[in-house]
Amino acid sequence: MQPERRTYAFAVTECMAALEASRKSDTSILNSLAFRGVVYQVLLASGVILLGWYLYHNAHLNLERQGIATGFDFIGERAGFSIGESLIPFDSAQSYGRALLVGILNTLYVAAFGVVLATILGVTMGIARVSSNWLISKLASGYVEACRNVPVVLHVIFWASVIRALPPPREALNPFDGVFITNRGVIYPLPVENAIYPWMGLALLVGIAGAVLFARWAGRRRELTGRNVSTFWPGLGIILGLPLLVWLAGGAPLEWSVPALRGFNFQGGTSLTPEFVGLLVGITVYTGAFIAEIVRAGIQSVPHGQVEAARAVGLRPGLVMRLVILPQALRVIVPPTTSQYLSLTKNSSLGVLIGYPDLVNVGNTTLNQTGQALEAISIMMAVYLMISLSISIFMNFYNRLVAIRER
Amino acid sequence: MTRQSAARKPETTEAVIRLSDVNKWYGEFQALKDINLTIKRGERVVVCGPSGSGKSTMIRCINRLEEHQRGTIVVDGIELTDNLKNIEAIRSEVGMVFQSFNLFPHLRVIDNLTLAPMWVRKMPKKEAETLAMEYLERVRIPEQAYKFPGQLSGGQQQRVAIARALCMQPKIMLFDEPTSALDPEMIKEVLDVMIELAESGMTMIVVTHEMGFAKTVADTMVFMDAGEIVEVAPPSIFFEAPKSDRTKLFLSQILTH
Repeated sequence: MQPERRTYAFAVTECMAALEASRKSDTSILNSLAFRGVVYQVLLASGVILLGWYLYHNAHLNLERQGIATGFDFIGERAGFSIGESLIPFDSAQSYGRALLVGILNTLYVAAFGVVLATILGVTMGIARVSSNWLISKLASGYVEACRNVPVVLHVIFWASVIRALPPPREALNPFDGVFITNRGVIYPLPVENAIYPWMGLALLVGIAGAVLFARWAGRRRELTGRNVSTFWPGLGIILGLPLLVWLAGGAPLEWSVPALRGFNFQGGTSLTPEFVGLLVGITVYTGAFIAEIVRAGIQSVPHGQVEAARAVGLRPGLVMRLVILPQALRVIVPPTTSQYLSLTKNSSLGVLIGYPDLVNVGNTTLNQTGQALEAISIMMAVYLMISLSISIFMNFYNRLVAIRER
Repeated sequence: MTRQSAARKPETTEAVIRLSDVNKWYGEFQALKDINLTIKRGERVVVCGPSGSGKSTMIRCINRLEEHQRGTIVVDGIELTDNLKNIEAIRSEVGMVFQSFNLFPHLRVIDNLTLAPMWVRKMPKKEAETLAMEYLERVRIPEQAYKFPGQLSGGQQQRVAIARALCMQPKIMLFDEPTSALDPEMIKEVLDVMIELAESGMTMIVVTHEMGFAKTVADTMVFMDAGEIVEVAPPSIFFEAPKSDRTKLFLSQILTH
């Protein structure tokens, strides 16, 4: 039977019943659990509302007394400052709103890369930590202990300093043809825009879909015949082959914008700025260490008897991991990893320390110029709240997907 | 390669498992001392002895869940070394049933059974499922095929575990105290399945305290104490006229309660 839902309507009827009962017997209504429950909740809710109203009212009065403008009208005004790097065109003549949008996109940009890279790093290191190979497991635990025990601020400042200590453009490191590592960031070539590229992008998406279908087909075939079809190379072939065909069909344009040293800096190509790289590496390395611990804990949470049973039927170590350990470990791994994604996203606000124009950086500048601290801060808070809630919702959905049924 | 070398040794065709001077230590503690034991094809061996005497360690060495440090173990003509290919070959010929069942909780009963046939034997899914249902019928729970292990009783889980091992169509079955974790009323249903299996001619090594089962099924009784094999005898002699004082003491403790 479903337990009855405790709605307010229900609580009120329960309360009335309690009142009735107390009138009949001689006991006081104050001894009724249901009555007390409602009273406490009403008290708490009115306390919270009163406090909120008091704070708002107080701030409003003070601001008015000091002659500070309130409201969000400043969003449409001319910003008057420029931003170091942006994913969308921006110049100082544009509005504060546009500037904040640039900040939001930069935050999302670094957080998205950070989440993906920290996951790859963390899973690799977590599996390495439980490896039976002494050297590999010690290296992985060295990484984890060294990185998770240092504040993330220091990680970010450290990596930014490392990049600033790289040689200047004139003496740039040149690991591959056309790629330069300098104290102004990583500069690499970019193909010159061509009408064929959007079609190649489309072909790539079609290729990925094709590879997924191929993997499904291979799985079904394995079930039917027992024979294993390798999916890695054909899949890779489909994913890369389709765009290549489109490229060839489009006349194989070969024009690249290759960076070249002109005067003091490089011209052409494109670059990852030192601020972006420093922040990305800092938060990735830090969060990766935590994810590694989560993955290790997840793997070790699977009872050893499971491993023994899987080995006893002759499964190879790789299959034991894939078919028996990971499916059981994932449900332990996913929820705390969600928290790590959230803290990585929020830690990206440390970009403000090294000059990466993320939301907090742009928001601070807006605050300083307009003087509207409450509004600027609340915009920033609302945006982080929305980003974090979106991550939570997605991860909860994923968690329900991987949560295994045992009954 | 190993199969060829097995073919060159005709003496191993009779003895399906041969342990010679096997020794094992956990740090300073010696768990197995000079174990010598030969088991013939179709033989049913029951191993007993006080707890900590090395019974489980010995049978876990046979499929290399534990590693022995000195001596040789030859199973079905293949010597157990740290060669992974040999170990996997032996494991797919030797089924094992554990005290704590160790079913995979995230897989339904039928998927527990088909996992190894599909991934180790490369059997098509249909065929593996037919095979699985066959063995579930043999252990008398085909109606539980689509449930999860967590929904079954202990006795049912252990019977599924036996069926899972049988699905690999092993030549040898190892039982490591298969009824010790069961409630008393479920012991019989598991022992019945094991008796049936013994009657079908399977080579079995069973570590157990169920002396009634031992008397009905065993060809050979092995008594171990303090990491050594103290006595090896057919049950008629073992229970009626044991030679060693340690065996007598153990039997008096286990049979008089």
